Amino acid sequence: MNMMAETTTEPKQGQTMSDPAIKMMGKNVTVHYGTKQALFDVNLPIRQNTVTALIGPSGCGKSTFLRCLNRMNDTIDNCRVGGEITLDGQDIYDPSIDVVELRARVGMVFQKPNPFPKSIYENVAYGPRIHGLARNKAELDQIVETSLMKAGLWNEVKDRLNEAGTGLSGGQQQRLCIARAVAVSPEVILMDEPCSALDPIATAKVEELIHELRLNFTIVIVTHSMQQAARVSQRTAMFHLGNLVEENDTDKIFTNPDESRTQDYIMGRFG
Amino acid sequence: MASSHIYSAFDEELKFLARRISEMGGLAEQMVSESVQALVTSNTALAQKVISDDATLDAAEREVGDKAVIIIARRQPVAADLREIMGSIRIAADLERVGDLGKNTAKRVIAVQAQGVPRKLARGLEHLSELALMQLKEVLDVYTTRSAEKAKSIRERDEEIDAMYTSIFRELLTYMMEDPRNITPCTHLLFCAKNIERIGDHATNIAETIYYMATGAQPEGDRPKDDTANTVTASVTE
Repeated sequence: MNMMAETTTEPKQGQTMSDPAIKMMGKNVTVHYGTKQALFDVNLPIRQNTVTALIGPSGCGKSTFLRCLNRMNDTIDNCRVGGEITLDGQDIYDPSIDVVELRARVGMVFQKPNPFPKSIYENVAYGPRIHGLARNKAELDQIVETSLMKAGLWNEVKDRLNEAGTGLSGGQQQRLCIARAVAVSPEVILMDEPCSALDPIATAKVEELIHELRLNFTIVIVTHSMQQAARVSQRTAMFHLGNLVEENDTDKIFTNPDESRTQDYIMGRFG
Repeated sequence: MASSHIYSAFDEELKFLARRISEMGGLAEQMVSESVQALVTSNTALAQKVISDDATLDAAEREVGDKAVIIIARRQPVAADLREIMGSIRIAADLERVGDLGKNTAKRVIAVQAQGVPRKLARGLEHLSELALMQLKEVLDVYTTRSAEKAKSIRERDEEIDAMYTSIFRELLTYMMEDPRNITPCTHLLFCAKNIERIGDHATNIAETIYYMATGAQPEGDRPKDDTANTVTASVTE
């Protein structure tokens, strides 16, 4: 058992990386859709400047948990969230919280790229404009440029910023959505299967981007691709039937997970 | 392997590796046993058979390696599956080395046969090879059960072989000092004894690999060692 403990804390360069500050924390999180309970007492820390992957079979609650982190579940009528979720120690379900401001701090990228039916420039400029992040046109131009650069899209679109965002390829559209999320300088970015509609090359570009974004943001990604979780994340959380089965270093999860349910799932076995 | 994969072909591929490893183990055992038999009975025909069997073992090792690479490329295995495949590659390499050691012993039969092997020494070598073969056989049995506990206990028993080897080493030195004409055959026999002792080390490697396959952790602590041959000196007494 001693050996096992050692392997978990093994990544030495990780010593600083392996124990980053906790950015968000879910404590005893429960979710009900009407009378049906979708999440059972989930306790999950989200570490700063870390990519946390949420994996598990369909209906396991991973997307439900993700949506709790920026109160996207508020939009669903009969959805009730219990327990506590904090961002920098502050309860995000506290009545004093401004949900619009919360979602600026905790941005989201969806499964299917969903650019606004506007120009590439306007797609990125929209957020900073409504949040009043730029004092003038020059500042706004600057935000658009840096956001597109951070999303690795600048070189591909700099000469056609006024063309429609919807005219880009699927992979480019998804990176545009990431640029749009990045433009309001969020602290956390939630990604709900961001590559499931993309081809392998576009997927690789988005994954490479996730890897870079980690330096400036905290990222939580829901993915059905175990290989993707293994490639992009530092921490992996395994969900099953609304429960958090196991959360650990990604290296540990994919070489020697503690729970047999995790092992069966990642190895593609019958549970 | 409690439950099976959703992809049944994956199960078949892993079974193929396990079957090949078991076959390799059987052949390696046979080669070692026959090489020692050839040595103590000066049977050059049997020695020749051992030498030609080595090609089969080499081919099997390459096959395990090739198959493992294909499985990794196609299945992207993780966790216990990945350890199973990495373990198979390592065990195949150890068994291939065991075969090489048997072959090397067989090659020395010709050099030693002119003078024959003294009866007492032959018994020592036979006993050493019995110990090594027993360890190899047990480790191959453990391979089929994947028992971490048993793998660990085998690893702790290499000591006996090391002690036996040291005693043969001393004995050979004595023969060489008695009569310089013994130097040539005894030097060959020394290599044969070393070959057999190395087989014990490979069996221990395999036990460690099985432990890793089963648990995902390396066995703790150093291997027990009683190999003091490296400090034995010939003391000339008048």
